[in-house]
Amino acid sequence: MHIDLVPVWTVILGVGVFMYVLLDGFDLGVGILFPFAHDDAARTLMMNSVAPVWDGNETWLVVGGLGLLAAFPLAFAVIIPALYFPIMLMLLGLIFRGVAFEFRLKASTGRHWWDRSFFAGSVVATFFQGVVLGDYVQGFAVTGRHFAGGSFDWVKPFPLATGVGLLFGYGLLGATWLVMKTEGHVQEKSRAQAKACLYGVLAFIAMVSIWTPFLHPKISERWFTWPNMAFLAPVPLMTAGIAFALWRSLRRDGEVLPFICAMGLFAMCYLGLGISVFPYIIPWTVTLWDAASAPNSQAFLLVGTLFILPIVFMYTGWSYYVFRGKVSAELGYH
Amino acid sequence: MELDPVLLSRLQFAFVIAFHILLPAFTVGLASYIVVLEGLYFWKQDATYLRLSLFWTRMFAVSFGMGVVSGIVMPFQFGTNWSGLSDIAGNVLAPLLTYEGLIAFFLEAGFLGILLFGRKLVPPWVHLFAAVMVGSGTLFSSFWILSANSWMHTPAGYEVIDGRIFAKDWIQIIFNPSFPYRIAHTVTGFYITTAFVVVAVSAWHLRQKQHMPESKRAMSMGLGLLILLVPLQIFIGDAHGLNTLAHQPVKVAAMEGLWTTQARAPAVLFAWPNTTTESNDYEIAIPGLASVYLTHDIDGVVKGLKDFAPQDRPPVGIVFWAFRVMVGMGVLMLTVVVWGAWLRVRGRLFASPAFLFVCNFMAPAGFIAVIAGWTVTEVGRQPWVVYGLLRTRDAVSPSITGLDVLLSLLMYMAVYAVIFSAGVYYLFRLARAGPPTESDIHDAKLTERPARPLSAADV
Ligand code: HDD
Ligand code: HEM
Ligand code: HEM
Repeated sequence: MHIDLVPVWTVILGVGVFMYVLLDGFDLGVGILFPFAHDDAARTLMMNSVAPVWDGNETWLVVGGLGLLAAFPLAFAVIIPALYFPIMLMLLGLIFRGVAFEFRLKASTGRHWWDRSFFAGSVVATFFQGVVLGDYVQGFAVTGRHFAGGSFDWVKPFPLATGVGLLFGYGLLGATWLVMKTEGHVQEKSRAQAKACLYGVLAFIAMVSIWTPFLHPKISERWFTWPNMAFLAPVPLMTAGIAFALWRSLRRDGEVLPFICAMGLFAMCYLGLGISVFPYIIPWTVTLWDAASAPNSQAFLLVGTLFILPIVFMYTGWSYYVFRGKVSAELGYH
Repeated sequence: MELDPVLLSRLQFAFVIAFHILLPAFTVGLASYIVVLEGLYFWKQDATYLRLSLFWTRMFAVSFGMGVVSGIVMPFQFGTNWSGLSDIAGNVLAPLLTYEGLIAFFLEAGFLGILLFGRKLVPPWVHLFAAVMVGSGTLFSSFWILSANSWMHTPAGYEVIDGRIFAKDWIQIIFNPSFPYRIAHTVTGFYITTAFVVVAVSAWHLRQKQHMPESKRAMSMGLGLLILLVPLQIFIGDAHGLNTLAHQPVKVAAMEGLWTTQARAPAVLFAWPNTTTESNDYEIAIPGLASVYLTHDIDGVVKGLKDFAPQDRPPVGIVFWAFRVMVGMGVLMLTVVVWGAWLRVRGRLFASPAFLFVCNFMAPAGFIAVIAGWTVTEVGRQPWVVYGLLRTRDAVSPSITGLDVLLSLLMYMAVYAVIFSAGVYYLFRLARAGPPTESDIHDAKLTERPARPLSAADV
């Protein structure tokens, strides 16, 4: 094998994880906003807006995780045990969130319990995804091919802060999704929530942007040395531009644009993260190339992936198309 | 007391996978059943099939949801607790698992929305197509995961370099020696599990004298399938055992409770394997029989446990007893199915209260057999994770402590206790409510669009 597949897999995995963040991001966001809905009908509407798609969205997490294992097994073998509890708590959150879709409809007297389960599950899953992110940026202690730290190393200010930040982030995705998918008072409320979340997100972006350069000298070196500074200046500038467009379209009754801008904001933050850590996959110790699986494993999987992923995009897109437009309480179930 | 992270991780893995497998065991079969019902409805336009399909689709939705959330836990176990396995065998195992995700999980999830919510949004043939895709997804999923699992039992097509395993031949890896047997036996087992649930629920409604046309139809469909599959399953199980004998003789010795290598090996019906004396207490056995079914020759020699060093033997008692539970279930199933076939020939299938009563209690039979069978397989593989290549204790994540795993295991147990009891409770309620009636379907205007709001009592 002479072709270096590591860049290809970096892109595929990058896209996969980003798909997860965007797609499950708005589902989880809807869950985070759930208790603020003012009646049961509104909650049903909110849930209906994501019920047909959440499973597909969550599948990106599975494929992202397995793709990491397949393309960069060493990274998987170090990062996942290092995040033993955050990962487990995220999974438990996803369980409570996921079963609520069906159980809520089947319950009679216990329905409010599943409403709570949907909310709490979404919050816990989101918070710990944020913790995972923060801890990732801080880096992991590695000796040989193992994680060398303890299972509670993640309890530090930065990861906890990113956990809270992500709640606002997913909240923003969820709220703008609802602006797009609903009408009337549910939409009004979502619009107000989107604004509140936007302020929260901007505050966190500012905070994280100031904080991260202090986390590791490599980050400040990447962003604040010449000529990088000139090349990378568009990233913060575009972030500001997108944030402004989002704020304006929320004020001007935009329906679809807010959601698109919210996704754009995520894209810029994700790009910023990538710029900060590249070429490491385990920040500050192991590079993408050190962690890569054997070339023949990467090649074997790539052949199928290049063929299957476009098909996945096609039928997933089609499924979104079938459920397009404003959601109604009348979604025909079964 | 010293908390052993290896032992606790094994308990945790056994716990989460045992709960996960219960759902595929039901949904793989049910997805196919829904395809058949939808197909028959599409073809014959007989509303009985529609009502049955609506009914079983509701059951499917609840169990599938639980299958998905318990499944998402699984791949992360390989990271959190078994990072040694991920690092050492990742090159081989991970592509197989990722193909499962790409081919199967996306397919299921992508078409599930249409299957559950899209009946009125898309033309009937598209809805049928969605059902077919979900059904195929569950089978593709079984294909890839069982390929990965079988490779860990009978590794092939690999090479070891510096202590890590690399792929050499993907065809040999995917179609490793135990895979054909394992997938045939497992998927047949899943179909049997589902069919017994269908038969049990229908029998219950028949006894209550309600939903008669649907329940009669479902009963005869389910029983028809069982008459075919139960004998087939026993046959495949025997073949699977012979394959295991060739590749993992020590597992078979544990299953048989056989300590010394001998010709005319006895089939042990009952015993208490004793690891200190290396013999069986309270043994009841039929001389020569094990040689007959394992070597197809009464004088055939069967290897005993004492041929293997103690540190290479699996925990004998668990394997021995789990095997008896599975085979016991198989024999019980066969009895019920033969009885049903006999009643059917005499045209008294729906008229025998005793038979319907017994059918009621067969609902968990498949689940018990599946769990027992997997216990035989997996505990029998110990002390190896990848047979002959990687020991379980070398596969565990080095950074986790016994206390970490104890905490996580307790949390998984608490959460699963809540979720699974709620799920089973709702499934029972749905099963009791039975298929929607003609007027339900009329009210829901299932042939028109749009429809009524979603609600628990909905169609
Ligand atoms: C409805 C379910 C069901 C029924 C009735 C049976 N089995 Fe089974 N058996 C399974 C479901 C199952 C399973 C859960 O699907 C397993 C676990 C792993 C596998 O490949 O299939 C299994 C494993 C398994 C193994 C272990 C193979 C290995 O680990 O390498 C053997 C030898 C048999 N079976 C043999 C039998 C025999 C002789 C049966 C006759 C009564 C039988 N099974 C009935
Ligand atoms: C689906 C039904 C399955 C059941 C019920 C099951 C059950 C078990 C049990 C009880 C053990 C513990 C054995 C012991 O500690 O003595 C175990 C071990 C293991 N199984 Fe399975 N298993 C199943 C399928 C699979 C599959 C499909 C895979 C992988 C793709 C797998 C991977 C493993 C691994 C890696 C271990 C070693 C860790 C350990 O000892 O706990 N299993 N399994
Ligand atoms: C014999 C063993 C197994 C079989 C046959 C099996 C089959 C299935 C099936 C059919 C589903 C769809 C949900 C359902 O029908 O309930 C599913 C879900 C899932 N399984 Fe398993 N499974 C097995 C073991 C495992 C193991 C060991 C893993 C870990 C790698 C795993 C990972 C998953 C995941 C991640 C999902 C969720 C998929 C989604 O998001 O849609 N499964 N499994």
